[in-house]
Amino acid sequence: MNYYESKDLGKFADVGRFKKDLMDKFFDYYNSVLNAEGSLTKREKALIALAVAHSKQCPYCIDAYTTSCLEHGSNPDEMTEAIHVAAAMDAGIDLVHGVQMLNQFDKLGV
Amino acid sequence: MEKLETEILTKDGNTPKSNFDFAEQLQNHNVDISPLSVDTLQVNITKLCNQACLHCHVDSSPLRTEHMSLETIDQCLKVLGSDDRIKNLDITGGAPELHEHFRYMVKEARKMNKHVMIRHNLTVTHDPHPNTGESNLDLPDFFEKNNVELVSSMPYYQEYFTDKQRGRGVFTKSIDSLKMLNAKGYGKGNPALILDLVYNPVGAFLPAVQCELQEKFEKELADNFNITFDNLFVVTNMPIHRFKKDLERRDSYEDYMNKLVNAFNPLAAEGVMCRSMISVSYDGKVYDCDFNQMLEMQVSNQSSATIYDFDYEKLMERKILVGSHCFGCTAGAGSSCGGETA
Repeated sequence: MNYYESKDLGKFADVGRFKKDLMDKFFDYYNSVLNAEGSLTKREKALIALAVAHSKQCPYCIDAYTTSCLEHGSNPDEMTEAIHVAAAMDAGIDLVHGVQMLNQFDKLGV
Repeated sequence: MEKLETEILTKDGNTPKSNFDFAEQLQNHNVDISPLSVDTLQVNITKLCNQACLHCHVDSSPLRTEHMSLETIDQCLKVLGSDDRIKNLDITGGAPELHEHFRYMVKEARKMNKHVMIRHNLTVTHDPHPNTGESNLDLPDFFEKNNVELVSSMPYYQEYFTDKQRGRGVFTKSIDSLKMLNAKGYGKGNPALILDLVYNPVGAFLPAVQCELQEKFEKELADNFNITFDNLFVVTNMPIHRFKKDLERRDSYEDYMNKLVNAFNPLAAEGVMCRSMISVSYDGKVYDCDFNQMLEMQVSNQSSATIYDFDYEKLMERKILVGSHCFGCTAGAGSSCGGETA
């Protein structure tokens, strides 16, 4: 028994057991964004979702969007590159806060 | 016969019930899959293959010995020539080119002006015959002279997926073969020299949308290898034999079946290929499709159970046999030997 069980993803809609109207609005929004062709293709959206899933470290989303990317014809090179984009962004976001550290150095006369 | 469904026992412990009941699914959606025609005679002439692919529903390999006798080949040709309603001969295997009478069969069918399709794995041109060591490098010439349609497996436009599914070195040999076929005029829009590629997923997931994937294949193969082809067919992996065993080893058979069942598409069901073909095994038995053949589910109409008893009218009255594997042909946009069906 793990804290995250893959099969629990199937219970996602159960979160609407209370305040169902809010969950319905979420699913409408979610499906409109991710499950429809738009200015981005569904294939491109799945790659973005895979990257975000890794950045946010959501095990359900990683399982779901790994499969989704494959089912939209993506390959391991493209998918790995997508998660490198997420990793590089995360690293950049950490490092750019070094500016705040340098600001504080200046303030402290370091 | 391989057990077709995941079965659960009822309370009395005796009567098995299927978790994945295709007949019930058809009934629930009011879908009729009675025969429409016998347009195509699909003949599996050998289980011998130069490859042993992960997804292969025939369990073909260089070690298989089953092959059709010349007498049965002649009987198939006799049936083919006996009825104008049978327009296509679809020769499959294994690698059908490895059968000693393959070329004879093709030539005879073409003399009758029948459309001939070959399930050609591309690498057989480069690999020596597993038993005799003979070369097949002249196959592109043979195909071109006989104006046959080629339906060739190409699971991806890159090496990794292709070799993962079909064996090391397959991608490079396949690219070489495609270049040879292009040089003969195949894959350039000439209706006499049609080259179709077949994509099937390298794992337990559904194929991408056919037209979108075709665009990607066209661009990648043209940009990187200067290769062209006519059509891409996407095919779903069948949860039987070697692929099923692999799913079970990974403890993902149930998940895969649930995925297929959840993606059931009534429109795809109406277009299933078994409604317009019959499939003949190496020993002359008749089946509704190649998958039923591999599961030894011979046609329900026993008076037309072999190619020696062929009777068009009786076959049109048969009830097409179904099992849990049929969900593989009805998931998403559907799957057949010619790709999507919906």
